[in-house]
Amino acid sequence: MDTIQKSLLEKLTDLHDIPEGAYNIRANGSLGARNTTANIDIVSKQDKDGIDIIIKPNTKNESVHIPVIISKTGIDDLVYNDFYIGENADVTIVAGCGIHNTGDEKSSHDGIHTFHVGKNAKIKYVERHYGQGDGTGENIMNPKTVIEIDDGGYMEMETTQIKGIDSTERITEAKLGNEAKLVIRESLMTHGKQYAKTDFTVELNGENSSANVVSRSVAKDSSYQVFYSNIKGNNKCAGHTECDAIIMDDAKVCAIPEITANHIDASLIHEAAIGKIAGEQLMKLMTLGLTEQEAEEQIVNGFLK
Amino acid sequence: MLELIDVSFKVSSDEGEKEILKNINLKIDDRFVAITGPNGGGKSTLAKVIAGIYPVTSGKIIFNGTDITNMSITDRAKLGISFAFQQPVRFKGLTVRDLITLASGKQISVSDACAYLSEVGLCARDYIDREINASLSGGELKRIEIAMIMARGTQLSVFDEPEAGIDLWSFNNLIRVFQKMHDQTNGSIMIISHQEKILDIADKIVVVANGEVKSYGKKDEILPELLHRQSAGFGCVKL
Ligand SMILES: Nc1ncnc2c1ncn2[C@@H]1O[C@H](COP(=O)(O)OP(=O)(O)OP(=O)(O)O)[C@@H](O)[C@H]1O
Ligand SMILES: [Mg+2]
Repeated sequence: MDTIQKSLLEKLTDLHDIPEGAYNIRANGSLGARNTTANIDIVSKQDKDGIDIIIKPNTKNESVHIPVIISKTGIDDLVYNDFYIGENADVTIVAGCGIHNTGDEKSSHDGIHTFHVGKNAKIKYVERHYGQGDGTGENIMNPKTVIEIDDGGYMEMETTQIKGIDSTERITEAKLGNEAKLVIRESLMTHGKQYAKTDFTVELNGENSSANVVSRSVAKDSSYQVFYSNIKGNNKCAGHTECDAIIMDDAKVCAIPEITANHIDASLIHEAAIGKIAGEQLMKLMTLGLTEQEAEEQIVNGFLK
Repeated sequence: MLELIDVSFKVSSDEGEKEILKNINLKIDDRFVAITGPNGGGKSTLAKVIAGIYPVTSGKIIFNGTDITNMSITDRAKLGISFAFQQPVRFKGLTVRDLITLASGKQISVSDACAYLSEVGLCARDYIDREINASLSGGELKRIEIAMIMARGTQLSVFDEPEAGIDLWSFNNLIRVFQKMHDQTNGSIMIISHQEKILDIADKIVVVANGEVKSYGKKDEILPELLHRQSAGFGCVKL
């Protein structure tokens, strides 16, 4: 890996070098490096670009890193990754895409991630999207996540996009079985002329299934964000969706939370709030000696943390 | 140390202009000054004018020989003025530790941050990583606000009704906190309060009513007069 690729990797995974455990690094549209363990296998797909990640039942305390790094301009990447998480497994999966585009052509990465979470399995999925580069070429990412959680399974998804992605449409679809639980936390910051659309659809099909979808976002400059979520309660279940956005400058934010109850014992809540940084918050931090700009940074960073 | 010369503050609304502070002249050299007076009298406004949150309409403010009248909130803070709000502000995502660190202006250890919390009677371990959000009670927020001012440790600390919402047991401890600040620091403390016990530990008392300084003098002179009027039944309106 060169230094640009290493710096992208660090942004995505907090790691300075090759990760521990199982990993698959994809660089500029092809396989960079791969490691498998006794419990976690990674196999390239035959019919299209992408990999199958197969985690054996009862695998505990292991992790899989699957960063995608694009450091050339004009790369158009589309991958299909399928995760099979065996029964009773308890693992962490870190994915993400970093683009360093110094050219004037657009670079894009579209990933379709499908999770099959087995009975009573527990997974934490961390996904980061990051773009950099001083070229005029656009950085585009359109990740799609499809989630199926079997009875008693649990998935926690943390998705972050803080900078540098010019255009993104992120679709997440989930179906939950009995006693299954899904927690999604999204942090998003857009600036410049960026556009970001988020679209969550969660179907609570199983008895006592539950979902909590929380999005926090900051829209700066003349960027544009759309948040859409729909939680469908098809059984005795509990669902909560929340979108909380700070709007700055000339940005535009649109929040459309939707809940649909198809069962008498479905209990669903949605909340949405959009507003600018409160003047008294800025003033409080300024009385501590921060400049207005420093105060704004602290408030935004804390909010997205 | 702090001098206000002919300070006025007006706001304009649909009903016309309203003068909230009227020609305030006040020279403060004492280490511990309490400001009291009826609700709506202008105490908080006076504190905000000192901290730079409200710009004066006319007049001058001198702090340690420097004219700070046209200085920003930030510059006054850097010069050594701290202000604990009557209504503390909540922040989604920022933790108690974050704010105490920002207040101290440097990287401080967890145990240092915890020491400030313990001073105000909060069990540090339970609070240090809490978000300053809607989940904190009013009294907890007030105490954290005081801890932040202690962490700043500046020349002048202005507290706007620090005792409001603080329970009885803690109230006595709070008095001890201010006494300790008074004894251990070289800074000056200005407390806006309605509590006799707090007025009683001050060197001097300022009575502000109707946007004006009604009286200003040694505690021993002002306090008996205030208490006398209160017991005579004039208390709330005629201060
Ligand atoms: N920004 C403003 N615009 C209009 N009126 C204001 C503004 N700020 C304060 N006031 C008014 O000025 C008066 C003084 O308010 P201030 O908050 O200073 O009173 P106070 O002495 O602190 O009262 P309390 O003891 O209730 O805290 C009040 O009548 C209040 O309504
Ligand atoms: Mg007040």
